[in-house]
Amino acid sequence: MIWNETKECMSRDEILNMQSARLKKTVSRVYHNVEFYRKKMQQLGLEPGDIKGIEDLHKLPYTTKEDLRDNYPFGLFAVPQSEVIRVHASSGTTGKATVVGYTRRDIEIWQECVTRVLAMAGIGANDKIQVAYGYGLFTGGLGLHYGAENLGATVIPMSTGNTQRLITMMEDFEATAIACTPSYLLHIAETLEEAGKTDKIKLKAAICGAEPWTENMRKEIESKLNLKAYDIYGLSEILGPGVAADCDAHCGLHVYEDHFVPEVINPETLEPCKEGEIGELVFTTITKEALPLFRYRTKDLTSITYEPCDCGRTIARISRFKGRSDDMLIIRGVNVFPSQVESALLEMGETSPHYILIVDRVNNLDVLEIQVEVEERFFSDEIRQLEGLTKKIAHVLQTALGLGVKVTLVEPKTIARSEGKAKRVIDKRKLI
Amino acid sequence: MLIKQLSVFIENKEGRLEGVTQVLMEHNINIASFSLADTAEYGMLRMIVSDPEKGKRVLREEGFSAKLTDVIAVKISQKPGTLHEVLKVLFEAGLSVEYMYTLATAGKDTSIIMKICDLGKALEVLKECGYMVCTAKEAYEINNNSN
Repeated sequence: MIWNETKECMSRDEILNMQSARLKKTVSRVYHNVEFYRKKMQQLGLEPGDIKGIEDLHKLPYTTKEDLRDNYPFGLFAVPQSEVIRVHASSGTTGKATVVGYTRRDIEIWQECVTRVLAMAGIGANDKIQVAYGYGLFTGGLGLHYGAENLGATVIPMSTGNTQRLITMMEDFEATAIACTPSYLLHIAETLEEAGKTDKIKLKAAICGAEPWTENMRKEIESKLNLKAYDIYGLSEILGPGVAADCDAHCGLHVYEDHFVPEVINPETLEPCKEGEIGELVFTTITKEALPLFRYRTKDLTSITYEPCDCGRTIARISRFKGRSDDMLIIRGVNVFPSQVESALLEMGETSPHYILIVDRVNNLDVLEIQVEVEERFFSDEIRQLEGLTKKIAHVLQTALGLGVKVTLVEPKTIARSEGKAKRVIDKRKLI
Repeated sequence: MLIKQLSVFIENKEGRLEGVTQVLMEHNINIASFSLADTAEYGMLRMIVSDPEKGKRVLREEGFSAKLTDVIAVKISQKPGTLHEVLKVLFEAGLSVEYMYTLATAGKDTSIIMKICDLGKALEVLKECGYMVCTAKEAYEINNNSN
């Protein structure tokens, strides 16, 4: 079902007019309230009045994750703290989180967007949905939670970490929908299969996101669980989950253009890409109050089309993601940068700086192994000591990354050295 | 008398153990005795060799993690209960054994290589109880002496 037909099925002219009006208001507000953007605009010789409509969007400066970090924690907020009713945060490369904030109106818009996603997946007030994204600073859990409540569905706030209990409640409560990462859902499917319970569950829809997955993986999930799986996209800087999602046609993800203006650019030249051409996805928020961002570079690679969809929606669609333009890894929905591992190891001071991250998918769950070379400095001939060291490294990394890590000690010089940029990651996950 | 044991960290990978023995062979270093402890991912090869310093150097040159560890070699006779007696002495002195293995000999007596938490105290206690320990030379060249 289409939750908000007036907003999801506008003509292209109506969309552009709405975007123009909202962009002008946003630019004026941001210019007067956010020093960072005011300075950037002044450097470009731009005044708010120069942005006369959406056609002038390209004149605005880009924003990057580094800009958010440089202004940590609240430097880019455009409202007084009294109007901010919630913050979320995601992990960063240098241990500094990226902090985002929401006014009451921002939260309302967020839940409206998630509600549209759930309705698009055929979920309604009669459904019982298990939200199995992490609750907390991560936007996944609470984002889906509010959207599902707004829809009127019965929310079962599972969070993550206890598959057995999730399955018991799935069966006992007769849950009809679930929201979680696709790899976790596959893991759930296999656990159900092993327990011979696949036939007993009543799931009809799954909302999966927070990590890249493929069309084949969607089909596998659908056939294993006899349900329909949908792709939800989002990023905390722009909103959280609910920036875009796909419909039954599975021909790209619909972007809620009444709130977020997408662009696709060549990440090298920063020139706009043509419709259908793959480039870096860029978003400008046009309704966000607490943290409005101009032309935020997501580093996600995709293409865009403005062709109306078979489902009746006219808003822009972005294709499945082709990867990322930087080295960030998404492991079980958690952002991991190799440099985080390096700084944690160096800070610990008991290991060699030679390490490699090996990401694999075992039983449909992402696993992260970190190999560290054994060096004279910390080498003991007592296995007990070596095991103690392994555990200590694992603990330090788990704290730094927020993710369980398997640490393996390897012989010196076995990790390939490279001139220039070291190869720090082997990603064995095959997105089939 | 302390003995230098040559310890080598070895990954559980094909050919690594052979790599160590090859380096030692090429440098004409004899292995008097050894033990190999293994875990799921790596092993620890502990050896008494004819020239531990040279062994460490050549192995490191070949990229192995090698180091020298102080151990002792306690002489005991080949009779029931003699190992038990040594351990009892150590236990009663509050000393714990990190690991141990036998030093290969061709003679009728044998020696036990021991890594003990407090080697100095262990030597004292053993001496008091009338035990003999191998000198470094005896241990490194034990087979040559017995032949």
